[in-house]
Amino acid sequence: MKRSLLRRAALNGTGLLVFVFAVFPVFWMVSTAFKPNTEIFSTTPKPFPSHPTLAHFDLVLNGGIAEVSFWEYFRNSAVLALVTVVVSSLFALLAATAVARFRFRFRTTFLVMLLVVQMVPLEALVIPLFLDLKKADMLNTLPGLAVVYIGFAVPFAIWMLRGFVAAVPRELEEAAAIDGAGPVRTFFKVMLPLVAPGLVATSIFSFITAWNEFIFAYTFLEDQDKYTLPIMLQFFFGRSGNAWGPIMAASTLLTIPVIAFFLLVQRRMVSGLTAGAVKG
Amino acid sequence: MLDTAPAVKRTPGRRSPGRARSLRRPRFGPYLLIAPTVIVIALLMFWPMVQIGIMSFQKVGNRQLRGEPAESVGTENFKTIFDDPFFWQTLRHTVLFAVVAVSLTMVVGTLIGLLLNKLGTKMSNFVAGGVMVAWATPPVTAAIIFTWLFGTTGGVVNWTLDLLPDFLVGSGWLDYNWFAKPLSTYTVLTVCVVWQACPFVAVSVLAGLKSVPSELYEAARVDGSGPWRTFWSITYPMLKPIFLVLLVMSIIWDFKVFTQLFVMSGMANRDAFNLSLYAYSEAFGSLNPKLGMGSAIALVLTMILLVVTALYVRVMVRQGETR
Repeated sequence: MKRSLLRRAALNGTGLLVFVFAVFPVFWMVSTAFKPNTEIFSTTPKPFPSHPTLAHFDLVLNGGIAEVSFWEYFRNSAVLALVTVVVSSLFALLAATAVARFRFRFRTTFLVMLLVVQMVPLEALVIPLFLDLKKADMLNTLPGLAVVYIGFAVPFAIWMLRGFVAAVPRELEEAAAIDGAGPVRTFFKVMLPLVAPGLVATSIFSFITAWNEFIFAYTFLEDQDKYTLPIMLQFFFGRSGNAWGPIMAASTLLTIPVIAFFLLVQRRMVSGLTAGAVKG
Repeated sequence: MLDTAPAVKRTPGRRSPGRARSLRRPRFGPYLLIAPTVIVIALLMFWPMVQIGIMSFQKVGNRQLRGEPAESVGTENFKTIFDDPFFWQTLRHTVLFAVVAVSLTMVVGTLIGLLLNKLGTKMSNFVAGGVMVAWATPPVTAAIIFTWLFGTTGGVVNWTLDLLPDFLVGSGWLDYNWFAKPLSTYTVLTVCVVWQACPFVAVSVLAGLKSVPSELYEAARVDGSGPWRTFWSITYPMLKPIFLVLLVMSIIWDFKVFTQLFVMSGMANRDAFNLSLYAYSEAFGSLNPKLGMGSAIALVLTMILLVVTALYVRVMVRQGETR
């Protein structure tokens, strides 16, 4: 009895330790963002700010860094992410329906293709896509970037969604068909409501893909007022090396929405990524 | 957590075609449904891949960017690369980093997964939530945070190392610059990447562990098997498919790591380049862009990853993922 209690305590202790190590960097980011400069560069750093200040956030939000207001970058990032989410979800839903509901020639080819493109090093594609977008006159535009993000988000979204579509009982669709509903109506009245949770999960994934993306935005965008948040952050970081307070405040603003979304859907994400590898 | 997996298995594959047709959908239906995806992937992934292949045999620079046709240079780009010791240095960095980061990710991730499985439900969810925060952090932010943690002035890591007894870690840590040398830069990069990557491994392993019948573990306990032996005789064989997928994905992710290294050490610090950064800097790094050279390096990277991808696809097909 006593031994098992001790074991339990040791396990929980290790668990807490893992937790502390895992969240420490993010905690330190937030904590630094609220510290006045004297505390940030103090020779004895303290975990929590003794005199918390909003000065760094104020500076970031009101254009004190990089001349343009933070909200401009926020809007760029949000619009890009939103467009990516809507279009890629639509494409993914169509393709997932095809894969989960039909057997057709090239179906396996299509699925293998989805696997392969998820492994393509995007860092390599940046060179030809730069030239292609330049030719199409879409370099240095947000729509150009959106097109690229859609391409990157769709394969994984299909891979995740097809499980959700396959889980909808076929009998429901058949019943709707017997009741005289055409394929389009069946899709909207039966399929869509039932795969909605899956759609939410994949949407958030696509959102994060677009929100976090760095290399393409960095390469394609030239005008500062078109920058997305990660580019703004890197730009600011590169220019003002150790203004850690504002840098951490900006990092916090960029990170918090993603972490919130992520915690909402992480379960789905794992099952999507390793789907089937774990079926027992 | 694994809800999609059984569903996938139940795809209506072995049903009679007559039933599928009872839905009265046109026969070209599925092709219409996948058409947008196929077009997007063809335009944004396959065609650019082909372009990389073509451009790696060409000279593409400022004149071509102004619209002049590219000149073919045969295999010159590759000759230049393979003769250049700098290329081999970046390849060495890439491979060594991948080996260390992947091993650490797999070991630490698996250990955390095992721990999560042993903890009570509440504690397990709590710790998993914390670990998830690391996974969710955007790569740019992660790189910046770690630069700050390992910073010279006010960096909390140097401060901690300085507090530790000298016989353990040596002295003089307070003004140690982690980003002055490639080895220490890569140490920070490894910590940063492993910190972000092991949650995925941990959660996947946890998901797998939940699917292992508990009778197996009870039997092992009755037979007096210790934790080490239990892991290698039960957990590992049962979770082998997951480990394979995780391993392949980690290799691919760590091989092409770009953002974190770019933010931490930058384009100016050539000594710390890996393949991705080298390709990028050839293509975009100077006022005299060499997109052909960049493509050739990117092609080498892609070829290496293609081998790993082939392994991945084989595993997935074997596991019936594409049925």
